[in-house]
Amino acid sequence: MLTAFAIVTDGLVYAAYLFLVAVGLTLIFGVMKILNVTHGSFYAFGAYGAAIAVGVYFDRGFPAAGGFLLMIVVAMAIGLVLGLVLERGLLRLVYGKDEVVVVLVTYAAFLILEDVIQLIWGANSYALYQPLGVAGTVDVGPLVLSGYDIGLVAFAGLLAVTASFALKRTRWGRLLAVVIFDRELAAAFGINVSLVYTITFVIGAMLGALGGAVMAPKIAVTLGIGVEVIVLAFAVVAIGGMGSVEGALLGALIVGECRAAAVHLAPQIELFVIYAVMALVLVLRPQGLFTRTQPRKI
Amino acid sequence: MRHPIRHDPRSLTLLLAAGLSFGLPLMTAGGAQAEEPTLVKVGFVTFLTGPAAAPFGIPDHNAAEVLVDQLNAGKVPAPYNRIGLGGAKIDAKFIDEAGSAADVVTQFRNLVERDHVDVVVGYVSSGNCLAIAPVAEELKELTVLDICGTTRVFEERRHHYVFRVNPHATMDNVAAAKYVLDKFKDISVYSGINQNYAWGQDSWRDFRLAMKDLDAKATVDKELFPKLFAGEYGAEISTLLTSNAQFIHSSFYDGDLETFMYQAAARGLPQRVPFVLTAGETSLSRLGSKLPDGTIIGARGPHSFFAHDSELNRWFQKVYVDRFHEQPVYPSYDFAQSLFGLKAAWEKAQANKGGGRPTTEEVIVAFEGISFPTPSTTVQMVLGNGHQGISDMAIGTYKFNKAQNKPEIVDIVRYPAECVNPPVGVDSIAWLEGGMKGAKCD
Repeated sequence: MLTAFAIVTDGLVYAAYLFLVAVGLTLIFGVMKILNVTHGSFYAFGAYGAAIAVGVYFDRGFPAAGGFLLMIVVAMAIGLVLGLVLERGLLRLVYGKDEVVVVLVTYAAFLILEDVIQLIWGANSYALYQPLGVAGTVDVGPLVLSGYDIGLVAFAGLLAVTASFALKRTRWGRLLAVVIFDRELAAAFGINVSLVYTITFVIGAMLGALGGAVMAPKIAVTLGIGVEVIVLAFAVVAIGGMGSVEGALLGALIVGECRAAAVHLAPQIELFVIYAVMALVLVLRPQGLFTRTQPRKI
Repeated sequence: MRHPIRHDPRSLTLLLAAGLSFGLPLMTAGGAQAEEPTLVKVGFVTFLTGPAAAPFGIPDHNAAEVLVDQLNAGKVPAPYNRIGLGGAKIDAKFIDEAGSAADVVTQFRNLVERDHVDVVVGYVSSGNCLAIAPVAEELKELTVLDICGTTRVFEERRHHYVFRVNPHATMDNVAAAKYVLDKFKDISVYSGINQNYAWGQDSWRDFRLAMKDLDAKATVDKELFPKLFAGEYGAEISTLLTSNAQFIHSSFYDGDLETFMYQAAARGLPQRVPFVLTAGETSLSRLGSKLPDGTIIGARGPHSFFAHDSELNRWFQKVYVDRFHEQPVYPSYDFAQSLFGLKAAWEKAQANKGGGRPTTEEVIVAFEGISFPTPSTTVQMVLGNGHQGISDMAIGTYKFNKAQNKPEIVDIVRYPAECVNPPVGVDSIAWLEGGMKGAKCD
């Protein structure tokens, strides 16, 4: 019983982590059809920014609640700047080019940004351990749950609901739906597609940086953290369906729970599970769980 | 009227060309005769970027930088007081180890075939060492593997051009098992969490076998192998929290060790069950008070906190701290051992031939079976047909000094090299499975 409870809670925490890193990626792909490898850089910049700024904040003894708020503000600011610079300065130059070219451009930007991180923050790792201590723990028998992890699950859930609501129930979300369905049709209706692209990319970048910022207290913020994240985020987005927020959530839950079950019950296959799930889903439903089958255009 | 002398530009050009054709080679030859040993080109490979840069690559690179400068200036204490390698200054070329094994092999080929380096020293990752060794043999390139610890390099095949001065992981885990059983009485159950690749798997295998040899009643509860750079360890921590292990073994290092310990400490795991971190020393300055007192720490040799007091060690600590304003950690010591091993072999080969620059084959002959002092200890190249080093080993217990805000190691126990390494001609697995016969621990 305790093991079952542990599998569910551990799976939820891992799913929250996966969803937070994947949601921005799926949003950008859904609207812009760009497989954005620089998403890993947004995550890393968010983590570094939060580790430095929030670390200094806590070290000065300011109230804890402000630290959590600062974490979000720093991530938003970093995502805004990086997203704008990359979309306006680079990606708009390759719109309309072959998808492979665009992926390679984002990959090149990712590699450059990895070096920029080293230039700014050096090769040493940073720790933002204070929020974990502030959040406390909850004991369930011999199992000790981190208050921060519980907050992370709640935050991911809130983000999923907010994103889903914004996409389906707001005017802006409906405009996005039109652009997602057909870019030319949207332009013919008078929608400023270029502006939609810029805003979407910036929001995606902010979400990527936010993922890094909220994970910063749990990890050693060090070089290369964006690489692993991007691989996992791709797996989750492929399972859920490229461009679907609900799909990213479901993909994260499936991978999170399967991985947690593997670690508890058969740790030898833990590494295999994530990609086995992805392969199985893609065999049965190549477009992912949540992507509608597209009508063929003539 | 005398015509002024007319200088034909073509004549001048011819004159210069003639001068260059005949004069310069003579000058060069004369110069070469005057200072026979010129430069030894050495390729140094370590992680300059990526997650292993902070704990391994940068301390490794820092040691290389300071030691090459000091050797080239002839400022190292005896027996390493000759300039460079046998009087020839070291021309260092640094290469990043980051990337796939295929990338690393390509960079190695570039060093040998394009840059024509005389020797390659480096490699942190066990996977990379396994990938490089056969290529070094193919290219006939003298290669000194540095930090990687997998036993497989010299136990799965015989090498001629490849050496590794730093002892392999068997020593870390045999010493850790001995220390644990000495410190905690009546151990019946333990668990392990190690990275899912050569280093983690080999370390766990050696530790488990050593525990079986030393205390047959101790059984394994959980064996966890998360992937490298996993980032999130919630499920692993829950598994270990619900385990009834009396201690947890881990060979984690770098960002993985720090990430795991932050998450585990937040959930009270290391406060509840002590950890044995065989490669933990390199992260102590960053983990600080987040690592509970009582954690058992290794440094992959008697390095850093565990180093024997000697003039060479005091000198090494001083030049390192003066330059980088921090203490050298075990990867820095590992590099020092690798470079001093190469220097000792190079100069022995030079002495064997009565002076002059030794050939690669002459260095290899001198390197096999050599024994030499390092800042931390003495290394003997006795395993792997004289290509793999052994040394004594030390393990201790972590204690954070709150007054001085710095980590300390207490209760240090030392083990002779022949006590924690397999005897000559015996593979580590065979030795461990056979009950560690021939171990000399007195």
